[in-house]
Amino acid sequence: MIDATPAGPGSDAALAIEGLHKSFGELEVLRGIDLEIARHEVVCLIGASGSGKSTLLRCVNLLEPVDAGRIVVEGDEITAPGVDVNRIRRRIGIVFQAFNLFPHMTVLDNVTLAPRKVLGLSRADANARATELLERIGLAGKRNDYPDRLSGGQQQRVAIVRALAMQPDVLLLDEITSALDPELVAEVLAVIRELAGNGMTMLIATHEMGFARDVASRVGFLDGGRILEIAPPAQIFAAPREARTQQFLQRVIEAGRL
Amino acid sequence: MSITGGPLDTGDLIGLPGPRGPRRSRRRRVPPREAVRSALIALVSSVVVIGGLALVIANSPNWPDVQRAFFDGDIFWYSLPKVIEAFGTNIALFVIAEILILVLGLVLAVLRGLPGPVFFPLRLLSTIYVDFFRAVPGLLVIALLGFGIPGLGIEGIPTDPFPYAVLALTFVYSAYVSEVYRAGIDSVHWSQEAAARSLGLSRSQSLRYVVVPQAVRRVIPPLLNDFIGLQKDTVLVSTLGVVEIFRESSIIKAAKFNFTPYLAVALVFVVITIPLARLVDWLVSRDRARQAAHR
Repeated sequence: MIDATPAGPGSDAALAIEGLHKSFGELEVLRGIDLEIARHEVVCLIGASGSGKSTLLRCVNLLEPVDAGRIVVEGDEITAPGVDVNRIRRRIGIVFQAFNLFPHMTVLDNVTLAPRKVLGLSRADANARATELLERIGLAGKRNDYPDRLSGGQQQRVAIVRALAMQPDVLLLDEITSALDPELVAEVLAVIRELAGNGMTMLIATHEMGFARDVASRVGFLDGGRILEIAPPAQIFAAPREARTQQFLQRVIEAGRL
Repeated sequence: MSITGGPLDTGDLIGLPGPRGPRRSRRRRVPPREAVRSALIALVSSVVVIGGLALVIANSPNWPDVQRAFFDGDIFWYSLPKVIEAFGTNIALFVIAEILILVLGLVLAVLRGLPGPVFFPLRLLSTIYVDFFRAVPGLLVIALLGFGIPGLGIEGIPTDPFPYAVLALTFVYSAYVSEVYRAGIDSVHWSQEAAARSLGLSRSQSLRYVVVPQAVRRVIPPLLNDFIGLQKDTVLVSTLGVVEIFRESSIIKAAKFNFTPYLAVALVFVVITIPLARLVDWLVSRDRARQAAHR
């Protein structure tokens, strides 16, 4: 994997992952992930719980230290020794399953905290930018409310905006609808569809197969810490090559989720 | 609780939670007849218990002597304004020490939570500090600092005992308060820090803007409890000769050969502390209600 071709300046890859390994103690969760995502591409990761989807996203954001392998963002290797992880993280946004909004701050402060403290924007500039983003998701009216006054769907949309306010190169979405009541899922997915339409580069771990089929440029099936198969959604869902993928999708269909 | 609330409702008589849920919700819906009966029972039993105690004490063989030594009305009114004036010293001690404690306690808690091997010495020092000052009785710390440091005879250091009293109380109580802070910091879910770090905030920024503000909010009730303790422990510095409320009352006691001034001191502390204790209760119950609303 050391010889793997680096994503050079000429490369179109927004994100390149090479030979990524990650263990928690004895448990090897990621066993060599290779994945390249082009600019404006949306890649969905599907797979059973525990297949390593969330760990992969957390590794890409360096929230989990990587055991082996390289991660390159827009030509810069972020896994190189001595890189400033705080500088890296502002270029890679992540939205979590449980929203993780800051409960002691208003919606506006949630969105403007990082732009003000990390990017050094003035409060007025940060507020203007945040308000504009909140308007786009129809929540500008809630900007002075605390998160506990919002529905789950609204909270998750605010969490997306909070990540977008840092103008990241890549957005990682970690099962962002799994904690939502079914009737709130659509409003969150609509925001992601719009982002995809606007050309946001995204890596999405999801259980929403219908959404993955609609929005993804490619869908990767994760199994046992490896990407077993990755292809355009039409191919993965209609004619999966691998037996494990077929098995997984069969179960999803039986559960009525596709 | 039955709808009729009749006398045969055994659930009410023995205080068991009714089928409709926990006691708290029951209490508000007690019908007026029940409420009057409960109030009457409480009143009668209070009169019986307190009256009984008063009878026993008043009929004890030496009650007249004790009454003269502890409950002298003239001496009480003579000493009350004097001890209240001296209480100003306790308030000054308390306020200055409290500010220092809040800062030092937080620094200790943060130092103890620093990750990685590089910070091991800081973690170790903070742990030793907290262990030491929680182990040694406050009175000893006050005596050791208050008599020991001026005893060194270093030129330029104050000979007045007041600053040493402040330092000693700060050292002792910051150890307790740092543990309260630490529990608060630990109670903030790690996902909050993950969210902050994922936005590019550094570890110290995450602590400052995200973790510590939430932690402090959660530990306000236990912190206030420690303040009540500190308030009372300010009398310990009387051993250094600081003329504060207890020292003042002892001086009057010695002059008048009468313990009534101590009663005046007790009264001052009761009047100051009870509102604070009720405030703590109110904050705790408000927190509980708020958390229940979130579930």
